[in-house]
Amino acid sequence: MTTRSLVDRAGTLIGLVVVAVIFGIAVGSQFYAPGNLELMARQAAIVCVAAIGMTVVIAAGGIDLSVGSMIALTTVAIALALKAGFGPASAAAIGIGVSALCGLINGVLVTQLKVVPFIVTLGTMLVVRGAAKGLADERRIEAPFTWLNDLLRTQHGAALLPAGIWGVLGAAVAIAALLRYTRFGRHVFAIGSNERMARLCGVAITRTKIAVYTLSGLLTGAAGLLQFSKLSVGDPTVGVGAELDVIAAVIIGGGSLTGGRGSVAGTIMGAAIMTIIQIGCSQKGLANWVQQIVTGAIIVAAVALDRVRSAKGR
Amino acid sequence: MFAMRGIRKAFGATQALDGVDLSVAPGEICGLVGQNGAGKSTLMAVLSGALLPDAGTMTIDGARYAPRSPIEARRAGVAMIYQELSLAPDLTVMENLLLGAEPTRRGLLDWRAMRATASAALAQLGHDAIRPDATVGDLSVAQQQIVEIARALAIGCRVLVLDEPTSSLGRADTERLFALLRRLKAQGHAIVYISHFIEEVTAITDRYVVLRDGRNVGGGPTAEATAGDIVALMVGGAAADLFERGPRQRGEPMLEVADFEPGGAAFTLHRGEVLGIAGLLGSGRTRFLRALFGLEPVKSGRVRIGAYSGTGGPREHWRAGMGLLSEDRKNEGLAPGLGIADNLTLTRLEPFGPGAIVVPARQRRAASDWIARMGIRCSGPDQAAGELSGGNQQKVALARLLHHDVDVLVLDEPTRGIDVSSKAQIYRLIERLASGGDRPAKAVLIVSSYLPELLGLCDRIAVMQRGRLQPPQDAAGLTEHELMLDATGAGRA
Repeated sequence: MTTRSLVDRAGTLIGLVVVAVIFGIAVGSQFYAPGNLELMARQAAIVCVAAIGMTVVIAAGGIDLSVGSMIALTTVAIALALKAGFGPASAAAIGIGVSALCGLINGVLVTQLKVVPFIVTLGTMLVVRGAAKGLADERRIEAPFTWLNDLLRTQHGAALLPAGIWGVLGAAVAIAALLRYTRFGRHVFAIGSNERMARLCGVAITRTKIAVYTLSGLLTGAAGLLQFSKLSVGDPTVGVGAELDVIAAVIIGGGSLTGGRGSVAGTIMGAAIMTIIQIGCSQKGLANWVQQIVTGAIIVAAVALDRVRSAKGR
Repeated sequence: MFAMRGIRKAFGATQALDGVDLSVAPGEICGLVGQNGAGKSTLMAVLSGALLPDAGTMTIDGARYAPRSPIEARRAGVAMIYQELSLAPDLTVMENLLLGAEPTRRGLLDWRAMRATASAALAQLGHDAIRPDATVGDLSVAQQQIVEIARALAIGCRVLVLDEPTSSLGRADTERLFALLRRLKAQGHAIVYISHFIEEVTAITDRYVVLRDGRNVGGGPTAEATAGDIVALMVGGAAADLFERGPRQRGEPMLEVADFEPGGAAFTLHRGEVLGIAGLLGSGRTRFLRALFGLEPVKSGRVRIGAYSGTGGPREHWRAGMGLLSEDRKNEGLAPGLGIADNLTLTRLEPFGPGAIVVPARQRRAASDWIARMGIRCSGPDQAAGELSGGNQQKVALARLLHHDVDVLVLDEPTRGIDVSSKAQIYRLIERLASGGDRPAKAVLIVSSYLPELLGLCDRIAVMQRGRLQPPQDAAGLTEHELMLDATGAGRA
């Protein structure tokens, strides 16, 4: 880790510690009981895995507003596949594949139409949501109970954490390594930081961007799988507005909407901050509106911090 | 009408203006000429309130004039018409003309009065063909310029400064602009006309003023001067001894260009050779280079780089052993937010790991190596490129070409906007690349608008004039004077 990214990340880490201490005192020591920590990990897992993908998109100077709809489509696809008699593993693969395909389409549209990603994915957000509703006939789809429903459940006597959480951690490590230790990762930051320079330097911009959006779709599919696991039904109306939580996690974690910055570790801390506020507020018995105000204020504070940092960099 | 006396302005250690005088009478067109960096833009920035002078006085109609902002200058009656027009492209002509001075009736916009005022203003300039409700973005550049001038007149400006007004105009539009300027002159306006094209200055101005190195070096009635006299004043007699030539050995051809459009270029560049392209800003040099490197469409022609021939994108050109240094360091040359190491090694990350892997420690080590060899002043390879000084940024951008170890270096304005010691270092570097020494010599193509630099560095020089690249000539016998005459289209007498 470079000194620079350490400094960049310190703000998020301090924020995380402050939030954790405040709620630790407010709620009491039971806030950090193993069971409660696991609850928070489960709560954070869905946003977290999608936000890891979003980190790559935002680092490359893009944005993906369609992830909430993609989560819904994935739950529907998995439920339909299970109902049609596919095994749990194949059903999960189909769900994730559908989402990756959506990401691929986003990437192709962004690079070929040369329309800004905000607009393209605003459109596909509606298209994908519509497709999910159409496929599900606007209803929840009941599916047979399989081990997919246990992904976020603690198995007695088994490996410390639920399998889904291990999966999120694995994805985090893999994507962090991809960004940091591969040519692809350096190209992502180069495109996000200055696309004209990347072009001058012969970076394959179209190919890299398509790969970025596809990767984001893939990870969003994983988020959809966890969402299905939690719901145990296919729900075409789930995840409305989830894209904003996902983007917020990346921004709080030091990602910049102008591109060129963002880290998986920061994003995970960002998701953790949001989860602590959510769970802390509800366990303290604070109303939902308090939680929303606090989360909103933290997002603005994080971006204001981002402005100060980038002003220094110029 | 207006007078500037003893204007001085320094930027850090550089004295950009060193006691410059300029005055223009009502009904007079004054040509302001000088090479790039002579101080024209700084002087006009002072006149238009964009910069505060360190010393000197200005008067308009005998009254003291000391604008602290462009708005104050406009209120005092001084308007700049820049190369990049400052109109709102999505608004209509009349909205632009009356922006900030819209007529109202009972608090609402009076569209009828707006249209009438706009039509009258355009008719007065002899351009009633421009409709007041046309969208400005749909107009030609020439028409937009007319709207810009009309706007300046509509708010009562009597001193007009035109900065390179014809750089993007064709012949016919230029003639129409000249007709308009003569009309404004007859109405008693004072006009400052800045242009690189000497034949335009001799055609339209009454008087000319020449700046060099921030000083007045001459001027007088245009009728009594030839283009050659003016150019002689512009270039002066200076020849720097920054350039020490080593022995150069012309090797095999590395870059062959034939029937190339845009630019109409045909030349061959060899190992151990530096070929220069001279030309004024806006003459099409950069467009030609970008097309040559695959950044802009190639209309026709053949290019061969070493063993590679064809017209691919930048990626193919880097692979073939050709690298481009962009003239636009901030927006294209570097990513200011990324570290030096990433900026420097982006085109060739392959040595830093097996397969697609990049080991950051190896990348940093390579960057540190270049930082030491190029004398880049920084806190380390992770420092963001945007935090460096201009000269050090340019060394990072140049080091990218060396890290890639290209055989053909294409350098667009390699020393623009950097300090003297970095300049000298870059000259020595280019010299070392061309003469080779312990390594195979490189082939270098340089575009520059600073003529002493080209004459000092190049073996041959080709002139780009209004989009056409002339055949290269031997640099040995050439003078700045001759090059300037070729570039400005004045023709050698």
